[in-house]
Amino acid sequence: MQFAIGQPMPRTEDPRLVTGRGRFTDDVVLPGQLYGHVLRSPYAHADVAGIDADEARRAPGVVAVYTVEDLDRAGIGDLPVLVRPKNRDGSDLFCPPRPVLARGRVRHVGEPVAFVVAQSHMAARDAAELIAVDYEPLDAIVETARARDGNAVQLWPQAPGNVALDWSIGDEAGTAAAFEKADAVVEIALVNNRVVVAPMEPRAALGIWDGIDRRYTLHACSQGAHKMQKPLAEHVLKVAHGDLRVVTGDVGGAFGMKNFLFHEYVLVLFAARQLGRPVKWTGDRSEAFVSDTQGRDHVTRAAMAFDAQRRILGLRLDVTANIGAYLSQFAPFVPTSASTGVLSVVYDIPQIFAHVRPVYTNTVPTDAYRGAGRPESNYVVERLMARAARIFGLQRDELRRRNAIAPEQFPYQTQVGFIYDCGEFARHIAMARELADLDGFEVRRAEAMGRGRLRGQGFTCYVDRCGGGGPDMADLRIDAMGNVTLFVGTQTNGQGHETTYVQLVSARLGIDPGKVRVVQGDTDVIAFGSGNGGSNFAAVGASAGNVAVDRAIEKGRRIAANLLEAADVDIAFENGSFEIVGTDRRVSHAEVARAAYDPAKLPRGEDVGFQVIGTFKPQGPGFPNGSHVCEVEIDPETGVLELLRYVTVDDFGNVLNPLLVDGQIHGGIGQGLGQAIAEETVYDPESGQLLTGSFMDYRLPRAGDLPMIETHRIAVPTARNPLGVKGNGECGAIAAPPVVMDAILDALSPLGIEHLDMPATPMKIWRAIRDARDAQERMQP
Amino acid sequence: MSAVHVSTKINGDDVEFVCRPDESLLDVLRDRLGMTGSKEGCGTGDCGSCSVTLDGRLVCSCLVMGAEVGGHEIGTIEGMAQGDKLHPLQQKFLEGAALQCGICTPGFLIAARALLERNMDPTETEVRYWLAGNLCRCTGYDKIVRAVMDTAKDMRKAAAKSSAKKPAAKKSPAKKTAKKGARHAA
Repeated sequence: MQFAIGQPMPRTEDPRLVTGRGRFTDDVVLPGQLYGHVLRSPYAHADVAGIDADEARRAPGVVAVYTVEDLDRAGIGDLPVLVRPKNRDGSDLFCPPRPVLARGRVRHVGEPVAFVVAQSHMAARDAAELIAVDYEPLDAIVETARARDGNAVQLWPQAPGNVALDWSIGDEAGTAAAFEKADAVVEIALVNNRVVVAPMEPRAALGIWDGIDRRYTLHACSQGAHKMQKPLAEHVLKVAHGDLRVVTGDVGGAFGMKNFLFHEYVLVLFAARQLGRPVKWTGDRSEAFVSDTQGRDHVTRAAMAFDAQRRILGLRLDVTANIGAYLSQFAPFVPTSASTGVLSVVYDIPQIFAHVRPVYTNTVPTDAYRGAGRPESNYVVERLMARAARIFGLQRDELRRRNAIAPEQFPYQTQVGFIYDCGEFARHIAMARELADLDGFEVRRAEAMGRGRLRGQGFTCYVDRCGGGGPDMADLRIDAMGNVTLFVGTQTNGQGHETTYVQLVSARLGIDPGKVRVVQGDTDVIAFGSGNGGSNFAAVGASAGNVAVDRAIEKGRRIAANLLEAADVDIAFENGSFEIVGTDRRVSHAEVARAAYDPAKLPRGEDVGFQVIGTFKPQGPGFPNGSHVCEVEIDPETGVLELLRYVTVDDFGNVLNPLLVDGQIHGGIGQGLGQAIAEETVYDPESGQLLTGSFMDYRLPRAGDLPMIETHRIAVPTARNPLGVKGNGECGAIAAPPVVMDAILDALSPLGIEHLDMPATPMKIWRAIRDARDAQERMQP
Repeated sequence: MSAVHVSTKINGDDVEFVCRPDESLLDVLRDRLGMTGSKEGCGTGDCGSCSVTLDGRLVCSCLVMGAEVGGHEIGTIEGMAQGDKLHPLQQKFLEGAALQCGICTPGFLIAARALLERNMDPTETEVRYWLAGNLCRCTGYDKIVRAVMDTAKDMRKAAAKSSAKKPAAKKSPAKKTAKKGARHAA
């Protein structure tokens, strides 16, 4: 069955996934493979005075034990930092050495110290316990807010005060002047809680050394095989790109974190080369908690200046961003330009200044997590807007509508480096108002009050910045029977890219979707690719696929013209066949495909076979945006929260497949809700131990925590890519934290509670209610 | 540790395997029998990705020892479809795109089947609480819950049709058997 672009085509990935036949990295098993286990630091900060692995090496089933000395001897490089912004004073970013195994000192719990390889996973695990590491513990600092204090432990002498980077954007003097002339200034201090990424598939890797071809193969769950290949080959293994093949099969969720080159991927390749046998490492969930990069973790002071009409005059932020013990690959980019680029949200803000200081602490490094900085910035601005609306006594949508950038202001130059190309912000604000029945809310609040429940409504706007990456490519091949195989540089991690490519190609070529196959995730068969990240897939990858289809049709027209003995310009492609315009003379797609392999039937100079390549790099990013509304009820006796309704009105530009887009928004809201009400990564401030190291201690949202999501859309297509798509992957995770927190604070407002930080757990809500009631009682005589 | 020889039934087939006493049923399925449809998401019974049935009861295979399944009947994702014919839940998950990365999906399908075998008319709340033992990081659960409700509706229609044809046919199992928390009892 054929589906046009924009229709809800079921996913081509799903027949294998619903039957348990997905092929995830840990499902790949090779004959003779060995199993690796990483011994990790139990200390947050310690000198490593010595490692004695003799007993472990003699343990049953053990083949080898490696430490950093083995890696250094083999010339294995440290893990690189791939984005290097400069300090405000123009000086270069200091990049601390980040060895694959600890070199003399460990700086967070979970840092890899030694690698054991054995005949079974259990044997490797058992032997790791026999390794005697002589640790000399040091004091640790884990708290974001305290990291810059004068008496805090210093991680790196080259980064005094633990400041990894001193960065700013915007006009500092101009913003100060805007605040000078303000009629009102609204201030806020916020914690954006650290979250664990927690894709349901723990990371895994399988390393292979081919002693005959003298090259490596890595099977790893990545967000792009080429993105993994380049830094690993260049910086760590120091081999030609082609001497490392990276293969990524099905990936069980990634959310930014699987972009990165992790220690274990190097270790399996190193061990495979040393031992001449495949080496597999599969992380367990406990390891994921202490080794996957984590997200968010900002402490921010911010202020917004308003004039007497409640129009925004200026915005200023001072952000301390906890970056962990080392710089992960994109880490310096995330809280700085990635984050601040959306600080204008959907508002006309004439002056913005943000001072951002990423700081080192004895924690797992942070890096991109669904939204990579954009959720943090939107959260600050929307919490300010919510507070301002309450202070000014304005309806929560009214303040936003009053400040929204008007359609005639596009292209709109923000004060933070980006130009918004299009949007109809006031329209979705008004739609959200209607659809979520803002006017009827006070009746519902009163009704809930009668039942002894506190009801609250939240409203938020948001903007994301997506699809500005790339370039990416699509290599389209058609066999002699007309079947298409598309080799793509993007990497699906569950979003359904494969489906969208099939839908695009089958709809445009007028062929059955069953005749289109997509190949991704193999550096040996795909020339290049940018993988997945920043919702680049539709804007960049599908656009490249679209270009490839254009080229396939051009080639088809040339072949058809030759077969029909007509001129190229007289040939039109309609409904799967090529015809001479205005006649009934036509050849089918399949006939053209067959002719492509017969030199006698080709026009002079035409390449034999059918292969065309489309590439695409957008002129700039798209800015998906929207308004979300939710309603909650709180039981004041227990602090337990119920999310009753969640309404979205989003502008993603054109939508290629609404089934997939709904899924993205649902999932993003799930993650954003988790951050708002449940998820919190807690390190013990004294010892630096991770206290939330399992799903029993770290609460992910479960099915009972969410209602059905009501999704609505408007479409204001961007012209920055041929499909008019803006991206959508992060939007739910951006909008949900501020809208849920606004609803909670609205519910608690009758008690005079003005502030809570995420996550608003039942305990935190209950305490706030108890404190407010105690204060009220004390006030009464 | 000497290996243990185990005779059991998996998806209706007689299966024999040898495992060490410290291996979980999940280890046996994945590493010894090549049945990689069941997934390890946590290894501690918190995520449900490894859900299988043991004599019809929903369990986490990471919490069951391989050595203790002798003489029992195990149901895994590999046995859910009959050849090319998908189970109604699989079909509905596919039609509604009730999955994204798909790693938790086998666990959700096995858990949902166990629910519908006990309760063909669950409320949304009952579905959400029954599936609360399965974690999904991609979908926000929305389409999963919808797919399970829709499947139940279709199954009720089909049951009504067949009971109309054959008046002697039994009614669907009583609704009362589905209780909150009555799962993952291994």
